[in-house]
Amino acid sequence: MEPVANIDGMELVYKKPHTLTDTPMHYCPGCSHGVVHKILMEVIDELGIQEETIGVAPVGCSVFAYEYMNIDMQEAAHGRASAVATGIKRVLPNKYVFSYQGDGDLAAIGTGETVHTVNRGENILMLFINNGIYGMTGGQMAPTSLIGMKTTTTPFGREASTMGNPLKITELLAQLPGAYFVTRHSVHNTAAVRKLKKAIAASFKYQKLNKGTCFIEVVSNCPSNWKMTPVESNEWLEKNMFPFYPLGDIKVPKS
Amino acid sequence: MIRGTIIVATDICKACELCITACPQDCLEMSPNLNVKSYHYVQLKNDTCTGCVNCAIVCPDSAITVYRQVKTTPKGATV
Repeated sequence: MEPVANIDGMELVYKKPHTLTDTPMHYCPGCSHGVVHKILMEVIDELGIQEETIGVAPVGCSVFAYEYMNIDMQEAAHGRASAVATGIKRVLPNKYVFSYQGDGDLAAIGTGETVHTVNRGENILMLFINNGIYGMTGGQMAPTSLIGMKTTTTPFGREASTMGNPLKITELLAQLPGAYFVTRHSVHNTAAVRKLKKAIAASFKYQKLNKGTCFIEVVSNCPSNWKMTPVESNEWLEKNMFPFYPLGDIKVPKS
Repeated sequence: MIRGTIIVATDICKACELCITACPQDCLEMSPNLNVKSYHYVQLKNDTCTGCVNCAIVCPDSAITVYRQVKTTPKGATV
């Protein structure tokens, strides 16, 4: 529904972008997916590329991303969003293509596709939502879970000796020659959301240069599976996730 | 001071309270009433809203629309 333009002499300054559909989101209260969807769609709306953008939805909590994003979308098999996005970009090189994946999709089952897509330097944007847990299936340990983090499959906390160390896939991908712009952001407060918006806008612009893959990691929360309120989960995120996953640009284009 | 106001789409609010934390003017609260999904939705508790848009930016469900008073005087001038 379109909001009215004026109330008591006050003008409309912020509304939901029309690139988001009116379907109510199925995400849990306070989930970062909603914010990332909104910011991504705001950028597409502001750049005026709604008709020229194709998104690839993953398997995971964001499996229904195509219900909310009012652009052309394609659903991919689990972990294969970057491979599908590669195909779409090669057939339609003038379109803006992005893949939207979670940590179970991009960093676990789809690690091979992810590494090779970035290594080939496909001209796509990969958005990686990292909350350190498998959200959709009930909070099992993910490769990105922190040491000592309690999940349903690690009830006494993750141990490096038997379960391995958390995977910093963003740093790993930044070393590949095909990566053009690699950065890590968050959406835990307003300033962080604005920074993410700038990074997404920049990566859509870089996509036209055909220089390589743009990769944006968003360190996000999972209030339901971390068993916290949304506000507590954002505090936990700042205290525990940020020391291990520091925010900032990891690889920026040489000007 | 610039005045503003918000309109909350109460039916899609999920009571995550992130907007309440984000509001620099502390002018939001949870309503005692429930919406169709049995969540307490968010509402304005006083008229100190400045239309800064912070609540709408952090809202995961895009439930907040923001309005702001039109600036009629040049910056710094007294009204």
